[in-house]
Amino acid sequence: MRLVALRPSDRAGFVEHVGRWSTEAARALTDVPTWGPLLAAQMRRLGVDSVPIALFIAVFTGIVLSLLSSYIFTGAVPLYFVGALVGKTVMMELGPVLTGMALAGRVGANISAELGTMRVTEQVDALETLAYDPIAYLAVPRVLAATLMFPVVTAFAMAVGVTAGWITSINLLDLTTQEFVKGLRQFYQFKDIWFGLVKSASFGAAVAFMGCLQGFRTQGGAEGVGIATTRAVVLGCEAILVLDAFWALVLL
Amino acid sequence: MIRLLGVEKAFGAKPVLRGVTLDIRDGENTVIIGGSGTGKSVTLKCIVGLIEPDAGTVEVDGRDVQGLTREELTALRGRIGYVFQFAALFDSMTVAENLRLGLVKQGLDAATIAERVAESLAIVDLPDCAAKYPAELSGGMRKRVGIARAIALRPRYILYDEPTSGLDPVTSAVMDELMVRTRDLGVTGVVVTHDMRSAFTVGDRIAMLYEGTIRQVGTVEEIRATTDPVVRQFIEGRPTAAAPVPAAGRVAS
Repeated sequence: MRLVALRPSDRAGFVEHVGRWSTEAARALTDVPTWGPLLAAQMRRLGVDSVPIALFIAVFTGIVLSLLSSYIFTGAVPLYFVGALVGKTVMMELGPVLTGMALAGRVGANISAELGTMRVTEQVDALETLAYDPIAYLAVPRVLAATLMFPVVTAFAMAVGVTAGWITSINLLDLTTQEFVKGLRQFYQFKDIWFGLVKSASFGAAVAFMGCLQGFRTQGGAEGVGIATTRAVVLGCEAILVLDAFWALVLL
Repeated sequence: MIRLLGVEKAFGAKPVLRGVTLDIRDGENTVIIGGSGTGKSVTLKCIVGLIEPDAGTVEVDGRDVQGLTREELTALRGRIGYVFQFAALFDSMTVAENLRLGLVKQGLDAATIAERVAESLAIVDLPDCAAKYPAELSGGMRKRVGIARAIALRPRYILYDEPTSGLDPVTSAVMDELMVRTRDLGVTGVVVTHDMRSAFTVGDRIAMLYEGTIRQVGTVEEIRATTDPVVRQFIEGRPTAAAPVPAAGRVAS
């Protein structure tokens, strides 16, 4: 059985590959005539098409958060703190991270499977023989699109998550809209939003980067594409968790 | 002219090319024959810079491919068409879009591109396939689109990787005719194949790759008349170099 986890020798090669690939990607960024016309289509595909899954997750996150905070606060903390907890948690942590994780599955797997199939069917080589730089043509528009669109999708998820928490609070808890909003506003800072959006932009870049990297590294046939896709999702999720901790250390 | 001088390439511990030296003359179809896994496709990929040799040099028009800058390599690739074994068409694009992609990179205007696309599809006898997707085409049609994509660039050289493998005899003959016609248009061809009927039809010269080196190179007549047992075995399709294949139905004594 082939293992998805990397062996130590693989890890050294992987790190070297990441370094070399990052340098190539930076150079490919200057090839605007190649990636420019492809950016809008990728933004729609990776971002707009991901909105439904992100909103689905946000709705249930909002519901659970409001019920959970009510359960925790009952008798100890005023119930209007439900609004504060739902708002802070959705905007600063669960909105970006859960959306990032969902999109790591959807976007990371999509990119890796597509590029991996192109690699094993020699379509990437064909691009090179047509004088295109595959990184500029395939990777740059995807990484940029994910970096730009993850915050947009996350912003929608934040709004829907808080709204779901509010609707749950006024219908299932002994809370009025005024009380929920009072809690929401009491601890609100503008930083809550931009902190979440900056994080999600970095998640988008990491997820798409891992997808492209694994796609280009694909070897063999269908099995190779499967392995690359699994690795892309796993590494994308790991990158999100590491970046989440990094931003907490740097920005909080 | 394309010149390979002592080209060596290994993948891990496995050497594939062990010093290939071969001249590809302008205006000719040079056929590289050899068994599966002998490095024929690797040789083609070295010529176009998709694979970097471990040792030796590959010269195209007097320039060492490995010494080219990225911009120079891009310019070189504009002069070389590559027909992949399984066509390698972009499956998310129509046939016309596949052909258009390389032409857009050359900076041609829309009218010229449309003209080239139509002309190239006409040359491969697929004038009505422009709007189709690769998944809607047969294997032979895909290979012909692959040739159309290469000739649309008006290249100086075309590299064909197993152009007739997996095709029925009639479609193979059509492919052979296309390769001869392309050569007659002045395009230098390098054809990698193990289909000897095709090799004798399209080739001006034939080179046999064996155990990582060129075993013999010569005109079609010279190869047909060769006394080299390894080459004879290959072109006659015999299982061993020593004994001829027993006639069907004959009981070996």
